[in-house]
Amino acid sequence: MDQFAVKVFVRLRPSVLDPAGEATKSASIKLGAEGIKSLRIGKMIEVKIEGNGENEVREKIDLLCDRLFANTVIEDYEYSLKKL
Amino acid sequence: MDNFTVGVVVFPGSNCDRDVLWALEGCLDIRTKYLWHESSDLSDVDAIVLPGGFSYGDYLRCGAIARFSPLINALDDFVKSGRRVLGICNGFQILTESGFLPGVLTANKNLNFICDDVELDIVSLKGGWFNDGGKKQTIKLPIAHGEGRYYCDSDTLKKLVDSELIALKYKNNPNGSSFDIAGITNEKGNVLGLMPHPERACDETIGGTDGLFTLKSLILK
Repeated sequence: MDQFAVKVFVRLRPSVLDPAGEATKSASIKLGAEGIKSLRIGKMIEVKIEGNGENEVREKIDLLCDRLFANTVIEDYEYSLKKL
Repeated sequence: MDNFTVGVVVFPGSNCDRDVLWALEGCLDIRTKYLWHESSDLSDVDAIVLPGGFSYGDYLRCGAIARFSPLINALDDFVKSGRRVLGICNGFQILTESGFLPGVLTANKNLNFICDDVELDIVSLKGGWFNDGGKKQTIKLPIAHGEGRYYCDSDTLKKLVDSELIALKYKNNPNGSSFDIAGITNEKGNVLGLMPHPERACDETIGGTDGLFTLKSLILK
């Protein structure tokens, strides 16, 4: 069995309003940061997982992302995978 | 009808389960029992309420974890059998996450947790949840949520409108919901999800009785 470290990024789709991102953007400007054009908040999920090779692990992660980590009505996901 | 029993589902973090039980038993004299979320035996209940609260602490997304409970797995056959399911607030969020109803509920536009009475237009009578014989076109119910902004893509919205699945709309949209949506049903009409709390409007002494009819309609066949 191979072990992999996976980092999953879940982001709100561009068309979906992100009120938390807007509020953080507003606070960033109040802090004095200049030039912020856009600020959106997502999630990063770290998973350590084992399986027989990268393809099998990708299948498992795809299922987790599609069914649990992200709600694909409003969110997109992507992930990176590193063999340990 | 004497033995008609409504199951009120209790998740870790549910907090309106007792309110629903009080409204059903105390105000409407409908036999009610709690169903722990790990139970998958729904054979002795005739209708189900998924109450409000913060199931599993709203971790990941509201309703996302509750969806994987044994009870929600068993709900598919229950719904297909035509029996009625009412999801209130967090219950509505669970019904969308688990695919019984389309769309999703996400953070209110202004980020506030809104606790208020709202005026609602009754849009569709599908399923009989708001069919009081045409006495009222508008009702007043309390809302209490931080993540009640209904969102769906334009194709889904068109389907909701064309199939008359939008049950309730806010008169003055408090949270940024698409198309002012406050509650929807499935195609068959036996599943209703809504953000407002009918169980908190069942006695004049606490501000109104506009929620009684919807709870009472749980016993419709």
